[in-house]
Amino acid sequence: MGNYLLVTATFIFLLGFSYTLYALGAGQFRPGRVNLAAMLVGFVLLSAELWQRGQVERGCPINSLFDVLIFMSWSIVLIYLLIGSAYRLSLLGSFTSALVLFILLFAQLVPMGRAPSHPVARDPWIEFHAALSLIAYGAFALAALAGLMYLLQDRQLKMRKGGALLYNLPPITDLAVANARLVWLGFGLLTISFVAGLISGMPVNTLKFWASAGIWAIYGLMLGLRKIHSLPPRRVAMLSIAVFAIALLALPAIQYLSTAR
Amino acid sequence: MNILCAGISHHSTPVEVREKFAVGAHDMSSTLGGLCQIDGLAGAVVVSTCNRVEFYAASVCPIRVLDGLRSFLRDRTGEVDAPLYTHESPQSIRHLFRVVSGLDSMVLGETEILGQIKQAYAVAAECGSTTRHLNKLFQHAFRVAKQVRSETQITRGATSVGSVAVELAGKIFGDLAGRKVMILGAGDTSERTARSMVSRGVRTVIVANRTFERAANLANEIGGMAVHFDHWPNTFDDVDILICSTAAPHPIVTREKLEPLLRGRDGRPLFIIDLAVPRDVDASVNELDDVYLYDIDSLEEIIRQSLEVRRAEIVRCEQMIDHHVGDFVSWMRHHAESRP
Repeated sequence: MGNYLLVTATFIFLLGFSYTLYALGAGQFRPGRVNLAAMLVGFVLLSAELWQRGQVERGCPINSLFDVLIFMSWSIVLIYLLIGSAYRLSLLGSFTSALVLFILLFAQLVPMGRAPSHPVARDPWIEFHAALSLIAYGAFALAALAGLMYLLQDRQLKMRKGGALLYNLPPITDLAVANARLVWLGFGLLTISFVAGLISGMPVNTLKFWASAGIWAIYGLMLGLRKIHSLPPRRVAMLSIAVFAIALLALPAIQYLSTAR
Repeated sequence: MNILCAGISHHSTPVEVREKFAVGAHDMSSTLGGLCQIDGLAGAVVVSTCNRVEFYAASVCPIRVLDGLRSFLRDRTGEVDAPLYTHESPQSIRHLFRVVSGLDSMVLGETEILGQIKQAYAVAAECGSTTRHLNKLFQHAFRVAKQVRSETQITRGATSVGSVAVELAGKIFGDLAGRKVMILGAGDTSERTARSMVSRGVRTVIVANRTFERAANLANEIGGMAVHFDHWPNTFDDVDILICSTAAPHPIVTREKLEPLLRGRDGRPLFIIDLAVPRDVDASVNELDDVYLYDIDSLEEIIRQSLEVRRAEIVRCEQMIDHHVGDFVSWMRHHAESRP
């Protein structure tokens, strides 16, 4: 049943994204509606999937790389629905659908362990720490998408050619604001999750800890430089994409090395 | 019942002739009253804009009504024969649907015509010169216009320098309320562009011109502030949009001059519209971060693209209109026996 939920959710995101591509191509794109509906349905299905896996694992289902990817997809959609949609940025939902679709397809098509890698001690602080970290990555993912849209719009405006993408992407100033605020949100959530991890008394001298601390520090530095006006919005956009890409690529490696130990 | 359309438009009649037949708001009521006296005419709506004067009438004997209309117009204009085109159902219905959708306009896809026809219909309804068929026809026409506008790209993009500039400014800043504009060189096009910006909520306009008096006059007209031309860099701090149209033979805004002015802007974008030929702004300025430079060629290229997109949509619009004409003709057949 769980597998059906996941496959259906993937299909729904695929439908939402395909519809946007079709509507853009046919010049009939209207922000909102179809993609938002797809995101809502996809979110409900992913929530049901996570709930079922949680029942089986008797805790928060983030004990394998597969779990982590599904939970991160859920977090990205959650942050979009709670925060991202409030910005009313045309096409942000479509970009989010595409990223979630990519992560879900990767999780389902690439062979990886789905069972809990080892018996897990159920500490509520550790579970809170792990879940909140992934929700923070959801915010970083959305920041990266807003950054990508910023760079695309910047390129469209610099090229001076007009075109469908220019008209359908949001104003570049709004994208810069959304990009910075989403990085702030992710940074705040990640900081809280670190505090929860410290409270739990979990061992800190691990590869996972230092990798996460490194990512936290880079985001912190980025925000600090932005705050003192020495990092222009274009650089924030580029960095938010680069750092999230590194985090996303490092995740499987860290998970693998942690399991190997 | 037949729907008759007779009129003159920019396609075939020059403005010197059109203006003779134009019906102003002040004499619309009497014109409608006069039209309703024509033998065989059940009801009428008059659409009079700068590009067209059209008479829509409901009648069972269109030939007699047309003769009456010609005679009425001759009397009204002092014996001038109107070079009218005429359509009867279903061509008249198709014509109205095309007109209201902007397909027959001078600027393809313009939307002002919808408001003008709504106004013309409202006046006719108020004067009691509409009939059941005309009411149904115009209501249907407004639905057609709405559908064509929302489901095709016939209104897509801007088609004048001023509106392209406003649209691009929207893509950079979102809301223009509270933004600050500087005009270098008080030419006609820069004035029109600045006015477009002001109408969209721009907060402050600074005008710098070689002749201070001209700068002061323009600033006075659009509620801005004039500065001496040589002092423009000193007032550049919070400027969001720079409009240039001086007659200078060489660039007056160069990368070297602009870079120091951009420091401390905290990444706030700068939109530069260079309307001058020869250009006032060095092209390399566009390479600076957060600076978007558009010269007259790039603005006209966007206008050309918009019109191309609109032209490519004509077939889809015509298909929609054909479908609606079919629906309306069916409705007319179904109600042929009922009273007007």
